[in-house]
Parts: sequence; structure tokens; C-alpha cells
Amino acid sequence: MSTPATESASQVGARSTKGGYRGTKVRRQRVRAAWMFLIPMLVTLALVAGWPLARTFYFSFTDASLSDTAGAAWIGIENYLVFDDGNWYGILTDPVWWQSVWNTLFFSVVSVSLEVVFGIIVALLLNAEFKGRMLVRAAVLIPWAIPTIVSAKMWAWMLNDQFGIINHLLMALGLIDAPLAWTADASLSMWAVIMVDVWKTIPFVALLVLAALQMLPKDCYEAAEVDGIHPVKVFFRVTLPLITPALLVAVIFRLLDALRVFDVIYVLTSNSTNTMTMSIYARQQLVEFQDVGYGSAASTLLFLIIALVTVLYLYLGRRQLGVDE
Amino acid sequence: MANVNLSKINKVFGSTHIIKDLDLEVGDGEFVVFVGPSGCGKSTLLRLIAGLESITDGDMHFADDLVNDLPPRERGVGMVFQSYALYPHMTVYENMAFGLKLAKTDKQSIEQRVMETARILQLEELLQRKPKELSGGQRQRVAMGRAMAREPRILLFDEPLSNLDASLRVQMRNEIARLHHRLGSTMIYVTHDQVEAMTLADKIVVLRDGRIEQVGSPQTLYQQPATKFVAGFIGSPTMNFMPAELLGGDGNGCRVSTPGLGELALPQDASGKSPGAELSLGVRPEHLRLAEAEGENAFEIVNVEYLGNEVYVYLEPKAGDTLLIHRSEAPSRWHLGQRVALVPDIEQVHLFDATDKALAVNGAKAAA
Amino acid sequence: MNRYQQIKLAKQIGKWALIAVIMVYAIFPFYYAVITSLKPSSELFQVDFWLSSVDFGNYAQIFSQDSFIQAIGNSILVAISVVFIALLLGVTASYALGRVRFRGRTTVMLVVLGVSMFPQVAVLSGLFEVIRTLNLYNSPGGLILSYTIFTLPFTVWVLTTFMRQLPMELEEAAIMDGATPWVTITKVFLPLMWPAMATTGLLAFIAAWNEFLFALTFTLTDSQRTVPVAIALISGGSQHELPWGPIMAASVTVTVPLVILVMIFQRRIVSGLTAGAVKG
Repeated sequence: MSTPATESASQVGARSTKGGYRGTKVRRQRVRAAWMFLIPMLVTLALVAGWPLARTFYFSFTDASLSDTAGAAWIGIENYLVFDDGNWYGILTDPVWWQSVWNTLFFSVVSVSLEVVFGIIVALLLNAEFKGRMLVRAAVLIPWAIPTIVSAKMWAWMLNDQFGIINHLLMALGLIDAPLAWTADASLSMWAVIMVDVWKTIPFVALLVLAALQMLPKDCYEAAEVDGIHPVKVFFRVTLPLITPALLVAVIFRLLDALRVFDVIYVLTSNSTNTMTMSIYARQQLVEFQDVGYGSAASTLLFLIIALVTVLYLYLGRRQLGVDE
Repeated sequence: MANVNLSKINKVFGSTHIIKDLDLEVGDGEFVVFVGPSGCGKSTLLRLIAGLESITDGDMHFADDLVNDLPPRERGVGMVFQSYALYPHMTVYENMAFGLKLAKTDKQSIEQRVMETARILQLEELLQRKPKELSGGQRQRVAMGRAMAREPRILLFDEPLSNLDASLRVQMRNEIARLHHRLGSTMIYVTHDQVEAMTLADKIVVLRDGRIEQVGSPQTLYQQPATKFVAGFIGSPTMNFMPAELLGGDGNGCRVSTPGLGELALPQDASGKSPGAELSLGVRPEHLRLAEAEGENAFEIVNVEYLGNEVYVYLEPKAGDTLLIHRSEAPSRWHLGQRVALVPDIEQVHLFDATDKALAVNGAKAAA
Repeated sequence: MNRYQQIKLAKQIGKWALIAVIMVYAIFPFYYAVITSLKPSSELFQVDFWLSSVDFGNYAQIFSQDSFIQAIGNSILVAISVVFIALLLGVTASYALGRVRFRGRTTVMLVVLGVSMFPQVAVLSGLFEVIRTLNLYNSPGGLILSYTIFTLPFTVWVLTTFMRQLPMELEEAAIMDGATPWVTITKVFLPLMWPAMATTGLLAFIAAWNEFLFALTFTLTDSQRTVPVAIALISGGSQHELPWGPIMAASVTVTVPLVILVMIFQRRIVSGLTAGAVKG
């Protein structure tokens, strides 16, 4: 009776009826109401995000200083690059800037990679059935809930060169002979920072991966078990491909966060150039050196880098967004 | 209460034309059921009447009011949804009073109307409960109560029983029928279940691909289906169809030849059809008689279903692959593997032409 | 014991060992901070894994400072105000984005998502100017305003996914009852959204409570600071003379409420985090 043709027509109908009151009074009232509801949010976002961002772009082409942003004079791209008196000046010639770019990239790639690996391990463990699983999950959430400043301070204390428990343990185990200056030593401080960041953000990655794991179909695991396939093989052949979309989202979220990292490094190692990131560089110029023009130029560059990653994310996430609609 | 008049109604979603030039008159106090396969536009039509969707073209009148552009609350309609859609955080009383409150009815009248509705639906005991504390049937009644409380001119039902289990469905079907007798208000009901349609309706509207296939009383639709589609859609088990060739005939009757059954003389008016025309012969399962096989008229019994009060006998068809069904009261003397002859009740045979239209039986047809 | 049982036992041991390692790794730093904060200053520089005696001297010291108490007050004021504003603006916006089809909806969604990706430092100079113009520099108002840049997009995004899950027929029933969109939100949806609102509000609260960069930049005096800044700026004579006891006491003080909240609402938090990220 109902041919395939009429079935598919009904699906089309069902899809387009969802939420559509095309042309009626109700429909027009709803659209008007929707915009009324959106305006306060959009105005707020324009005030705290849109306008300030535009001003930052503008300042980056001026000689604005913190005490007098209104009287800024247009100086073109001099903050970025300028040739003067036989020498090149500007951010793009500043070795400290390039050092902080390198630091940021190194920090982001290493810490996000570690977080993903450990996050998957923790998620796999939490996905297994065992007594007290809820308790372990709650415990794993603790590092996430602790304010970054506090976790940085806690670790700074544990990593303290003279009285820190880490040095104490390592010496007791005979792994090192003399205490290490974790946050001061140029070769160690970046790793100390990464260690703290990884500790704090594993829970986030683990929870996202866990959510993805819990949506996996159980039967294909039972099938694999019946077929006697080795669990490690099952993980790489079945689990990993299936959670890749969620993993990708987690990675990009974390990557965007890591690229703008500020507080953990500021507290642990202050303005040391060994660990200086782009955010710290920009803020130092802006606030401590009061050079709003120059600092804004650095901020703009950071924004462009992050915008690039965001566009990539939107491109990847678009498909998911499309499914929802 | 009001009659509903739809004239040349069209509904287009994007590039999909859902409702096509539809005309329909629903009388005051009538119980009208829209049936049809999924995708036929029956739900869309109901939503157009409710005001949840707007018509693309055409005119819609309730009584004498043109309601094309009126929002639901100004149309005076109440609607019962398939999932009930009760407000989960409100008590039964609040659910029913919500619409009245929004209409700024004074407190006393609200209470009076809610209590009256609750009395009719026997919900008095449940007024202070939340929806999650109610059974499926009780929720269904609350949903009806909410739709009725504002005393709408027209009550709309969108497949209201499809979320209930079979026995409860029969019970609620009865309650809805009794409610209609008691209130006497205009009701429009959408379902894909032809049993609901047959048992509830004063008037059934069979829809197909956005057009009305036939409108009529349950009896008319069953006995005089206007098209092969209606004939096949109404009735369970479904009507048997067999190919037939017109041998000859006039305004008073015709002769056809059907594989297996041989030549039959039928009362249908075949004027305007030339001999040799391809027809389709339809017989309901209860209008067939089985007899000992006789020459060409021999069909193999491939399955016998015993249902207690009656028996369905399935037979291998001569053409096509849809099994033929014979229905009779139990017990049956026929068994699997037997070869039997089919003898149709000539008065109850239907003929459909190549465009699936039914051939009329001498003047009797016009009534449909 | 046969080979199969041996392997099974080894697996069990391995699993519980891994669980133990993870538990210690997750909890120990916080535990060690608690221990340090409860030590008398004389024992501070000696490494202990548990307490022999409890001394509240460090807590007495930080709570005797007006600026620390003021900082806690500021943090509470700022975080609660931010949550309130974000939810107020977020609920109505999420109704529009989650339940109404209109031209430009996808664009608005992308703008919201884009803003949540903003590096804070990129708006620092512009926002500094806005705050100074509005006369909000060095006041909680400036922080409340600036924190909406990360709490609002997040709130809108999560509430939108929750809004979409509410059944269509419920809204249609409200329309049949004559409800306007505003009535539908306040009388029908809001009562059903409380769990989602609690989750989102909690996450926004934690984000605001923990924020550092804006708080450091937009406040100047001790009395206007929030707790994270106050802790970061506790200092002694030099790097080696930092008063670790009071720092740890302050750290524990601001963390314990959060840890308790997380323990109580862990299920909600997990669903909120994943709704914001997985579905985003």
C-alpha cells in the first residue's frame, strides 16, 4: 500500500515540518521573538569581544600607550616591522617573540599529545566495570576543579628546589644526586610547566573520551571477544577509529586552550624567557611595559594563529553541526 | 462548535507539495477521521486546521470566520497530541488550567471549567497528581481534558492512541466515541489505523499523496470503495485482487474472464469500455466461497490460520505474488495442500478499470 | 592454578595497580597541600607524608588579613553575578538558537563558537579601554563584564543543546494553549531546564572563580582583587622566602568548596562538559 516513494516523501515532509511555521502569524512572531532574545546576548558579545578585538587590531598600528590610548597616533606597520637607521626593528625581528612562539608551539604540541595518551588510558580504565568506579571518577575530576593558580602553586611547592617533595623522593630513590631547580633551570622549566598542565587537563580529555567510549556499540566488542581477537588489536582496529571524531574535538579544544596559555606559566616561572609564551609576551608588553601598540601587535599575531586553528576546527566540526539541524 | 470548510487548500514545503487543491466540508458536530498511509498528508492537514502550519494557498473557514491567518488560540481549536505533550512539571489541574489562565479567564471560571472537564473525563481523583504519576490511559485523558478545557469549537486528535498498548487502545477508543456522543462537538481525528477510523468516524476521509481519495461513511467506504486504493486500504484482511479481462457488456452488466475463475457475469456498468479492456477484480475475503476443485478453477491452499472464531485460508494466486485470502467462521474443513475452487459472491464483487476507478453498479454507485 | 587463571589474576593485579597509580596521581598534590597548610611553620621544610599534629596557624594568619577576606568576597560576588548574567542572557538566546528556524541562525552559532575560542589576551587592550571608559577599572563590575566573554558563549552553547532535546510537541501544546514564546520559555521550558541550568551555572561559576588574566590586569588594589590573584601575589622577601604555609592554606581554602561541589555534582558536570564539547 505505501510504496517506497510515498515513504520517502513523508520523511521529507517530517523533516521540513520540524520547527517550521512558515509564514503564519505564529511563525513570524517566533522569528521576531528569536531576534529579540538574541539581541541582549549579541550586544554583550559585541561589547566585550567584537569591539575590543577591533580596537586591538587598530592599536597594533599605533603607538598607543596604556596611560593614553585615546591619543594614539597611526604608525602603520612599524610595530610589526620597520627599517630604521640601517637596522630592522619590530616584533618580527624580536628574538624573544620568536622564542615565545617556539615555546608556545612546543608546549602545546607536547602537552596536548601527553594529555591525549594519558586521557585515553584513564578513560579506558573508567570505562571498565569495577567496584568504586564512581569514586575513582570523582577523584580524577579533582585536578580539573582546582583553580589553575592553585595547582601551579601546589606544584611550585612540590617542585621547590630545596624543600620540594619531588626532589626528596627522587633523591631517596637514588635517581638524582643533588636537588634539581625545576622551575629555574632553563632545560627543566618547560618540562615542569608541561607536567603541571598535563596533570590539570587529563580529566577533561579523559571525560570526553569516556563519553565517546560509552556510546560505542557493545555487540561489536562481544563479537570480537567471541572471535578471540587480542584486546590490543581490538583497541587499535575498533575502538580508536570509532572514537576518533570525539578525540579530534578534544584535541582541538585543548590545542586552542594551550596556544593561549597564560596563568600556569605566569605563576610557575613568571616572565622567564625560557618558558615565555605568546600570551605572556603580549601581556608583558601591554601592561608591564605599557606599550599598547606593540603588545596589540603581538596579540593580533596570536589571534591570527588561533583563528587559523579555529577555522580548521569549524571545517571539521561543520559536519556534526549539520547533522543537528 | 462549528462546521469547517476547506476550499482549494494547498501546502508546499520547499519543493515538496504536501497538500494539493483539497476541498472538504466538515459538518457541525461531525466526527471526521483522516486516514491514509504515512506521507499522505493527513497530519499536515490537521496541523493546517490547528494553525500550527499555514496554508500556502486556499481558504479555510470555521463557521463563517476566515481563519487562514489566525494563530491557534484565536481559532478556537483544541488539540490532543500523539505523545500527549503534558507539561511534566504541572499537576493535572494546572495542565488543564494553563490555557485558561493565559486567556486571562477569572479564577472562579477556571476552576469551574476544569472541574467540569475533570468530571466528564473522570479525572477528579487525579487533579493534584503530576503526569509522571499517571498511567498511559490516564495521561491520554488528561491530554483530552487539556484540549477540552477551553471549550474549543473544534477538537483535533493527532494519532492519540498510537502510544498505548492494544487493550488500552480499544478502551480509549470507546471512551473517545462516548465523549463525542456526550459533547456533540466537531472532532477531527488523524490515524493510520483503519480500525480506529471505521469504529469512530461519522465520516472517513481517505488521503493519498495530498489528495482526497474518497470521503464517506465507514459503510460506504467498505461496501462501495471508489478506487482500488480505498478498497485495498479499508478492511482487514485486505481485499483480494485478481486480473480480469472485459469480454463484453453494457449499462446493465458485463462479463469478464479471470484466470482460474473463468467467465463471470457481473452487475457492473461497463458502458464506454471496449471488450478486451484490462480490469482488476476485487473480492473481500468473506465474499469468497471454497468448493471442491473443478477443472481450471483449482487453487492450492498454502496456509491456514485458525483465529478461534474464524479461519483464514491462504491460496496461491494465478497471477502476481500476493496470496489470496478466504475468511470463514471456524471450524473449517479445509487444510493445507488441498486444491480448491473459488466461488465469489457475484453481488459483492468489485471491478476497477486501468485508472483504478471502480465501475459503478447500475445507478447504485452515485451515492458514494 | 592453570595458565588461564594466572593470566586473569595478573590482569586483575595490573588493573588495580593502575587504578591506584591514577588515584595517587590525581589526589596527592592536593593532599600534600592540605598537609603543608596544617603544619606549624617550624616543621614546614621537613618532608612528611602525613601529619603528626594539626596546627591552624597558617589559616589564622590568612584570615587575619582583611585583603584575603575581601578577595574571597570579591570572588563570590563576581562569580555569582557572572553566572546570573550568563544564564539570563543564555536561556533566551538558546531558545532562539535551539528551537526557532530563522535566517542567520547558523551564522550566530558560529559567532558564538568563535568568541569562545578567542584568546583572552587578544582583547586585553581593547577591553581595558572599554572598562576604563565605563569607569569600571579596579572594580568587580569590570571583571563581571569581562568574564561574560568566556561564560556567555559557553552557556549559550550548552543550553542550546539541552533546548533542542525538549520535545517539539510540548511547545506546540503551549502554542495551542495560546502561549507566546516568552511564556513558553518561562512557564514551560524553564521549569524543565533546571538541571541543565544548574550544570551550566556550576561550570560557569568554576570558570569565573578560577579566572586569572583579566583579574590580574583589570584590578589594581588589594581590596579589589579576586582570590586567584591574591594567592599569586602573596610574596615574601624573595623567591626562596615565599610563605608556603599561608599560600597552601589559602589554596586549600579556595579549593575545598570547589572540590565539594564537584563531588556532589560530578554526574551533572560530566554531562555538561560533554554536551558543550562533544556536540559542539
